[in-house]
Amino acid sequence: MKSLSLIPVLLVGFLLVFAAQDFPEWGNPQSPASKSPVSSHFIAETGVDTEVPNMVTAVLADYRGFDTMFETVVVFIAGMAVLAILKNSVKKGSVRFDHIVDVEPDLIVTNTVRLIVPVIQIFAFYVLAHGHVSPGGGFQGGVLMGASFILVALSWDLETALARFPMNRCIIVAAAGIILYGGIGLLSMFLGGEFLDYAELAKVLPVSREMARYHAMLGVEIGVGLTVTAIMFALYANLSSEGKLEGGL
Amino acid sequence: MFELGDILNDLFLERLNYLIYVVLLMIGLHAMIAKNNLIKKLIGMSIFQTAIILFYVSIGVKADATIPIYLPEHDPHGERAEEAGGPVALSVTEVAGYANPLPHVLMLTAIVVGVATLGLALALTQRIYQGYGTIEEDQLLVKLEREDGRTRKDEQPVPDATKSKSTKKTPTKRASKPASKKK
Repeated sequence: MKSLSLIPVLLVGFLLVFAAQDFPEWGNPQSPASKSPVSSHFIAETGVDTEVPNMVTAVLADYRGFDTMFETVVVFIAGMAVLAILKNSVKKGSVRFDHIVDVEPDLIVTNTVRLIVPVIQIFAFYVLAHGHVSPGGGFQGGVLMGASFILVALSWDLETALARFPMNRCIIVAAAGIILYGGIGLLSMFLGGEFLDYAELAKVLPVSREMARYHAMLGVEIGVGLTVTAIMFALYANLSSEGKLEGGL
Repeated sequence: MFELGDILNDLFLERLNYLIYVVLLMIGLHAMIAKNNLIKKLIGMSIFQTAIILFYVSIGVKADATIPIYLPEHDPHGERAEEAGGPVALSVTEVAGYANPLPHVLMLTAIVVGVATLGLALALTQRIYQGYGTIEEDQLLVKLEREDGRTRKDEQPVPDATKSKSTKKTPTKRASKPASKKK
């Protein structure tokens, strides 16, 4: 039965290797991906259109704003689905024997985490806010921020982490991120442009149309960061405790 | 190593990145099809995703090009823009010096969404374990069939045991298939 599955796997592998002969060579500047007018437009015009030095951020939050918005919605829905699936699936207080941990939080671990968590959180803000000029942005900053809360939950227990970031607040923060993103899009629509056409925000901001895009992108990235932070922590908190939201690892 | 124009030369030296991605993809696909344990299936799914990410990143590579962030001389807020009175579009030769940002953008979102979907899959697996006490697929199928038979007996008691067994088997198998696909 197991060897039977090798047939489709090897067939797929053979077809892909066969097709790879027609693929461009490693690093070929004439390859379709690098030669396409879309690619050269992004590289040549990003500075003129948005004044953002990091093209990845500009493409992510402006040129492909719709895509990113719904990717964020996917993250949000996945988090809500995990909450819904695991909530009340096990009675509160009921403990399986393989889950009993009977030790105090380790002194060295907790003190190291005490020192390191503020640094991680400041770095998360830096990555989020500096995403326009260096590698970074909402997704990366959000994951770092969520990781700092997960670290607290790992080294103490879930109650300690949830006292700082309760699950109700998690849901509100996650929803607020999407509302912020969609709100910036709607605002630019009400100001006379299209949905997510940030240039129209120049009517309410004291900047040029290009710089309005620049600043709206920061707002959008903050929205993404909020959602990702909350959902990353909610995923860990629910999965590690089977939805009970109590106890350590 | 190999003769020029040789098919092996083509595969192992010039297109090694594609070979690696195909091998990773095959490992992931095989794990998803053949493994009995649901968690191992999820690990296979993650390896599969990694293969796709590697593929996208490797086609974004451009010889003699830097990362898609403007160098100081092309910075829209730098000296050149100040002299020209605003940001200047890059010329064709300057465009050749930057890698394509699009594959990076696509994979950036794909990684985070991949984590979220993996979390969802793990939650479903946890729920299955709570319900059936196992995440081995063959044991799950046995338990599902047994449970299905029990509920059917409650609905309409059939005196002939062999007859009811043969009618039961086909619908349960069909019903359990979409559940395993989700992983």
